Amino acid sequence: MTKLAIVDYHAGNLASVRKAFEHLGHETVITEDPGLVRRTRRLVVPGVGHFTATQRLTEVGLREAIREALAQGASFLGICVGMQWMFESSTEAPGVPGLGLFRGEVEKFSSRVKSPHVGWNQIEMLAPSRLLAGVPSGAFVYYTHSYRVPVMEATVAKTDYGTPFTGVVERANLFGVQFHPEKSGQAGLRILDNFAMLEDAA
Amino acid sequence: MLTKRIIACLDCSRGRVVKGVQFMNLRDAGDPAELAAAHAEAGADEIVLLDISATHEGRGTLVSTVRHTARVLFVPFTVGGGIRTLRDAAAIFDAGADKITINSGAVADPSLITQIAERFGSQAVVVAIDAKRLATDVNRPPTRQGSSETHQGHDADLASSHNLLGDAEVYVSGGRKPTGRLLFPWAKEAESRGAGEILFTSMDRDGTREGFDCELTAAVERVVSIPVIASGGAGSIEHFIEVFRDGHADAALAASIFHFGIHSIGDLKREIQAAGIAMRWPV
Repeated sequence: MTKLAIVDYHAGNLASVRKAFEHLGHETVITEDPGLVRRTRRLVVPGVGHFTATQRLTEVGLREAIREALAQGASFLGICVGMQWMFESSTEAPGVPGLGLFRGEVEKFSSRVKSPHVGWNQIEMLAPSRLLAGVPSGAFVYYTHSYRVPVMEATVAKTDYGTPFTGVVERANLFGVQFHPEKSGQAGLRILDNFAMLEDAA
Repeated sequence: MLTKRIIACLDCSRGRVVKGVQFMNLRDAGDPAELAAAHAEAGADEIVLLDISATHEGRGTLVSTVRHTARVLFVPFTVGGGIRTLRDAAAIFDAGADKITINSGAVADPSLITQIAERFGSQAVVVAIDAKRLATDVNRPPTRQGSSETHQGHDADLASSHNLLGDAEVYVSGGRKPTGRLLFPWAKEAESRGAGEILFTSMDRDGTREGFDCELTAAVERVVSIPVIASGGAGSIEHFIEVFRDGHADAALAASIFHFGIHSIGDLKREIQAAGIAMRWPV
């Protein structure tokens, strides 16, 4: 059984995510093997760029493998596009289905704000969160994205950019962050450490 | 809310930081990894590493320098200097950079912007533009040519920028070679080809410590809709306040002001925040 795996679907800089976990003392494996993913207890799905890239997850059997792992009680952390994929769809890529763990659609920022949203912004807690244990409300994290999920029932932390949007989504053992914890200094490292240190549900 | 960013820049040659010799408390003030980590610890929002060695050997060292430096950084890390092909960029990303910056390489082959953006995402591509004003008097205040209400959108800003300032010419090769290209159209073209950010350096101000060129920076900010990083001329805390307030820059980059310990990043951010500009502070 693999402890912590970072899923590689050819969409972005996995090395930074791995480097951050390993700096914290957590062994990780980077994989695109559905067999390995199925047996993993903690899955991390990162991602930068376009939502269309998530299609590969379906094409190579990783989507199914992730579902099976989750059915067996694995924990899941989606980062940036990886977090967006946890929802049903994105207006950035009509017709490309997300994993559908949460209801709702990913949308572009309104044209009233400069896009992409790039830089350090604050997360404000809306509800208790295991992922954010020890991270103060108002902590700064690093964002770089043009699409986002509005605040919804599973949002545990929001960020304001024009209007509020979901910074962190969490329900049971499912976690998603729109920002890049591997690029967010000490606050980000704490978040990754919290995920790696979760007690096994099963 | 989204904060303005302070970016610390390290100029490197053959794996060593140049101009970095007086930073206190470092075992090795020329080591890019140590210096980058120190700046990040002190509050730098991002680190930029520019390879200024002009040689082919320099490029090989750059990849290992990037790998060595990235290992200890958990804030965004941008690398540039001599990137001319997609393959050059890929090697730099593979070594741990989050973004790359291209300057001469983009002017020589503008399709490079798109190639890198399509493979790694626009957010990873910073197009650096060095420009020098063509107007004779750098300090001439802008004269209003009339309202821009009759125009729509960015074309109006392009027109009004021209009217107010005269043109600025783009330079490459460390600001030595004029290209015949003009600043505003090139910035717009870079954006349309997929650049995620523009890093604008005023050749007139670079090295002078007399302040950023706020007027020209604001003009660039008007013609593009992506973030603009201001560079060139930082000499005091007030200059940073000005470039955010008057230059409308999203971020400001500086090198020697931090290296010599003249101003700590902490003091800088505290004062900028006190002036009413949103900063990530305390870190």
